[in-house]
Amino acid sequence: MADVTFTVDGKKLTAPAGTLLIDACKAAGIEIPAFCYYPGLSLQAACRMCLVRLEKVPKLQTACTTPVAEGMAVSTETDEIKQARKSMVELLLGNHPLDCPVCDKGGECELQDMTYKYGAGESKYVEIKQHREEQQWSPVVYFDRPRCILCYRCVRVCGEGMDVWALGVENRAVGSVIAPNGGDHLNCEECGMCIDICPVGALTSGTYRYKTRPWEMNHVATICTHCGDGCKTTLGVRIVTDGSEIIRGNNRDKSGINGDFLCIKGRYAFDFTTHAERITKPLMRQADGKLAPVSWEQALDFAGRRLKEVRDSRGGKAIGVIGSNRTTNEESYLLQKFARGVLGTNNIDHHRTADYAAFAAALKGHAGREASLRDFASAPAILLIGNDPTEQHPALAWQVRTNVRLNRSRLYVANHADIKLRRQAKAAVTVPQTGYAAFVQYLSGREGSFDGNDATAGFCDAIRNESSLLIVFGSELRGRDIQSLVQFGLSLPDTKFACLGDYSNSRGAADMGLLPDLLPGYVPVSAAAQFNEEYCASLPTQPGLDLVEMFDAAGRGDLAALYVVGSNPVARYGIDPSSLRNTFLIAQDMFLTETAALADVVFPAANLYEKAGTVTNTYGDLQLVKKAADKAGVRTDFELIVRLADKMGANPKTLVPFGKGVRADFGQTRGAQSGEADRHAVWLAANHLEPKLSPFDPFAIFDEIQRLVSAYNVPRLNLLTGNDEHIKSELVQIEPGSARRDLVFPSNDDLYTSGTLGKYSAKLRETVESGTTVMKPAESETAAD
Amino acid sequence: MPSLVSHPDEVKIISHRFGQGAAEIDRYIELDGYKATRAAVEKGPEWIINEMKASGLRGRGGAGFPTGLKWSFVPKQSDRPKYVLVNGDESEPGTCKDHVIFLHDPHAVIEGTIIAGLAIGSKMGFIYLRGEYRYLLKIMEKAVADAYAKGFLGKNIFGSGIDFDVITQTGAGAYEVGEESALMESLEGKRGVPRIKPPFPAVVGLYGGPTVINNAETIASVPHILLMGGEAYAKVGSERNGGTRLFGISGHVERPGVYELPMGYSLRKAIYEVGGGIRGGKKLKAVVPGGSSTPVLTADEIDVGLDFDQMGKAGTMLGSGGIVVLDESVCMVEFALRTIQFYQHESCGWCIPCREGTDWLKKSIGRLHAGGAVDKDIDNIRYLAENMLGRTFCPLGDAAAMPTIGFVKKFRKEFEDHLNGRGCPYKHAREREEALV
Repeated sequence: MADVTFTVDGKKLTAPAGTLLIDACKAAGIEIPAFCYYPGLSLQAACRMCLVRLEKVPKLQTACTTPVAEGMAVSTETDEIKQARKSMVELLLGNHPLDCPVCDKGGECELQDMTYKYGAGESKYVEIKQHREEQQWSPVVYFDRPRCILCYRCVRVCGEGMDVWALGVENRAVGSVIAPNGGDHLNCEECGMCIDICPVGALTSGTYRYKTRPWEMNHVATICTHCGDGCKTTLGVRIVTDGSEIIRGNNRDKSGINGDFLCIKGRYAFDFTTHAERITKPLMRQADGKLAPVSWEQALDFAGRRLKEVRDSRGGKAIGVIGSNRTTNEESYLLQKFARGVLGTNNIDHHRTADYAAFAAALKGHAGREASLRDFASAPAILLIGNDPTEQHPALAWQVRTNVRLNRSRLYVANHADIKLRRQAKAAVTVPQTGYAAFVQYLSGREGSFDGNDATAGFCDAIRNESSLLIVFGSELRGRDIQSLVQFGLSLPDTKFACLGDYSNSRGAADMGLLPDLLPGYVPVSAAAQFNEEYCASLPTQPGLDLVEMFDAAGRGDLAALYVVGSNPVARYGIDPSSLRNTFLIAQDMFLTETAALADVVFPAANLYEKAGTVTNTYGDLQLVKKAADKAGVRTDFELIVRLADKMGANPKTLVPFGKGVRADFGQTRGAQSGEADRHAVWLAANHLEPKLSPFDPFAIFDEIQRLVSAYNVPRLNLLTGNDEHIKSELVQIEPGSARRDLVFPSNDDLYTSGTLGKYSAKLRETVESGTTVMKPAESETAAD
Repeated sequence: MPSLVSHPDEVKIISHRFGQGAAEIDRYIELDGYKATRAAVEKGPEWIINEMKASGLRGRGGAGFPTGLKWSFVPKQSDRPKYVLVNGDESEPGTCKDHVIFLHDPHAVIEGTIIAGLAIGSKMGFIYLRGEYRYLLKIMEKAVADAYAKGFLGKNIFGSGIDFDVITQTGAGAYEVGEESALMESLEGKRGVPRIKPPFPAVVGLYGGPTVINNAETIASVPHILLMGGEAYAKVGSERNGGTRLFGISGHVERPGVYELPMGYSLRKAIYEVGGGIRGGKKLKAVVPGGSSTPVLTADEIDVGLDFDQMGKAGTMLGSGGIVVLDESVCMVEFALRTIQFYQHESCGWCIPCREGTDWLKKSIGRLHAGGAVDKDIDNIRYLAENMLGRTFCPLGDAAAMPTIGFVKKFRKEFEDHLNGRGCPYKHAREREEALV
């Protein structure tokens, strides 16, 4: 819309006509207070805090419902307005329990802030306050009713934002109270958005309540370790006797790619980090066949010696390596470098949850065609093929819902199931569960086995007529089907793509070359020579064994050693334990998983919340993870790989080329808080100091990744300040169309499961068992990764 | 059923069929029924709106917005259906005028609805009665059924080729749904809370369609205006206040009841002549002139004409036409308490100042009446009411604040008499009287 000019407190401002006054002022740095107004949610005008004076209008007007108009003159902070706001706060405090000293929200409460600003410290009333009993609505949501100021944010975010509609208002007048539509309990997705959005301490979190005060925690903004969306979650961390413990997860500054959103996993499912069954000492199999704790030196010596023996006697071909979907890019990269450069093998793989290699091949040379998660918030049209984002990619589902609601984006859904996002769809077709490939052919206008009708034809026509489209597909499509779909999409005027995989760094695992035939950046192993100089080694050029072949080889007695990092293939692929009886197995994990339980040496590993580095979400958004928690006894996978290489006689300085490239220990390894990284670097530069470098600094490896993997050569400063950078997928080196074995095995995790981590998250299990969730029956109970 | 009252000063336009069995459709037709609709069908929307504008009819719900003007705001072209909505959610304490219309002349409401529909190009009308008027709903439902049977409603009404349907509905007993947008929410089956304005109902109303919503008395006046002509109707009333209106005179008068008086009629005469004066020869203390939300007038302030403008000048409002007369035996604090109890109970709870403010007013005034207050509490009551005024989401907060400010301002002495543990002097007097008996 055209811009209009108006005056606020004597300042001339310009904004597009129709902008709400409250937003226009905020953009110009003039804050108008409000409890009920929340950007993107429907307007309420209920709290009356944003009252302002419009020239020539007799009554004070709410800035949250007034669109700016040409020549409008507004005052926002006159004595009259201050008095109006003071009286609102006064009225709220009349019945609000002044239990700030014990309230979870104390210190980050909007009502407190308003009271400080407008002052209504003394009550004019002598009658006792209205009291209501506190309620527990679910294992993670508590409602302290008297604290509620009825801003209706929770009702709206649950209904409009989540499309769950679990909350409503009960009674009238001063008896009005927010209540679950399910009576005394929630019937919802347990996302906790209601808690997040509550301006006061009325809705509190079952994992956090009464544990601490906000100012007693360190707040570390990092990336959630669960699904492939890569939401930013801010972890509240407190020092405990054996390290530091996460006690809260929330979306504190809302600066991440997830916008306002965080789901149950990002908010509550950090509790696996303190699970009692976590291993904190290295274990070695003893003469009696049992695993027993040993010292780090013992375990590393033994494992390193055995690996060296196998390599020297039987060659790298007799060793296998399985990487993780949840380690950082640096760790995954380092693992393949270790496998190829030190162990001399291409027998390396990981649990693949989407065919990223085929996707990369299809996009090769097509710049800017891969969608960021952010793009879903504004795309005019979206085609979703397969997957159920509500369960598997909740942040994506949120972005899509928000986009449909606020921008009237057109959503097209092709799915075999009646997924929840169909409610937002402009059109939907039902595809047979095994018929996605046929559907892609049909969509591309080719003859095939898809049984179309008028409705499906209309659906496809509508898609073909979209001038700007975002195509997102699940793991139902693989290999050549992805190639076909991308080809179809590229024939349209303006199309972007996204491929959905399962875990926080599945994409990174593929990008970093945890594959038997591809090096980092999807370079075929036949072209490995280009890495030789940097790796100071001669890399094998024949494709290695994939994950399934490795276990077959082990069963035949051809795999003498197997190094498994952060993965549980035994449970995931149903491996017969006896096939590993002749294989020396090293496992690196948080828990004694089915795989770790068979190992000869087990190293206790740190998880993603306990280390620094980068991860790449399924959309190719590269983000920084920061060290939040600390657990005495465990070590990062990064450190463990370096130590093991050291014990094998490799040169750690070659493995981690610290001193090359950009030099800075950006403070990340020490658990830097937001901003510290920059301050540290600036301080070092200002004092002409050489940064202190360590062979365990993941940023030394990140330097190398940026040098060797051109897709990852993105501007770094933005990343370091906590933002996301989209990788340049067009720069991959893979050749499209090459036939590869389909080993994609999606986890089908839902909102309440998350592989091994979900299994060890007490809150997720408790929430499911409480029966307050709306969930489909879990398709897979043994999900493990 | 209350008996009808009458007074020579009355000008019976709306009420001229009262008491004549006009609820029966055949009798209604005998009494010139449905003639106005026929004329409206023949002469078309422009004529209707011009007549309405000429009549000077202003909304009888209390706000006094010119009806013809309101109808002319409805866009001619609309993608969504347009609706006529009759607000019969008559809930303002002291008001009982729509009640007698539904009881005695239901077809006038139907006629008015059809005419409004013709004027704006709508095909459907809703007649919404307050929840407590369920017994009147039967009368309305019968009248609607009879009108359908005669072909006055339904397909091709009066052979015009126009279809028009009327649906009756009752509320669930909330005062707040008398507010037009809350009524629409209620009618749509939602929680009865008002909507943000703009957009106004004429543009986005019921089910998102352009909607004319009028008070039942306004709608019932429409056929009469078309029959007698807009200008003739206007002449009956005072300047810029066309026609007559039904006034419900209640309280301490000899002959309480609903009277149809020309706009601008003297309030003093309404009390002392039409109403027959103060009951039992007692002295007049105060008058609440237009339903409980209008600021009180003292006995010295009643020389004022009953129309929207004159009442406004006198610092009060014509409101819904419910004149509540209070004699010298009334404790004004108790009356203020009773008034605020009503608004506290009926606040929908949507916005802070109304939800919290009415409750604290009720608590404070209750304590003051019981003798538990000190001098600064009176100021607090006024402070509270003044800080609600004009800042609430809908006029309900004003309806609670305005009379409270009036009571404190005009009867502060009575508030002071209650302070410091003394309690209510009137109550003590009554107790003494009862003890003597």
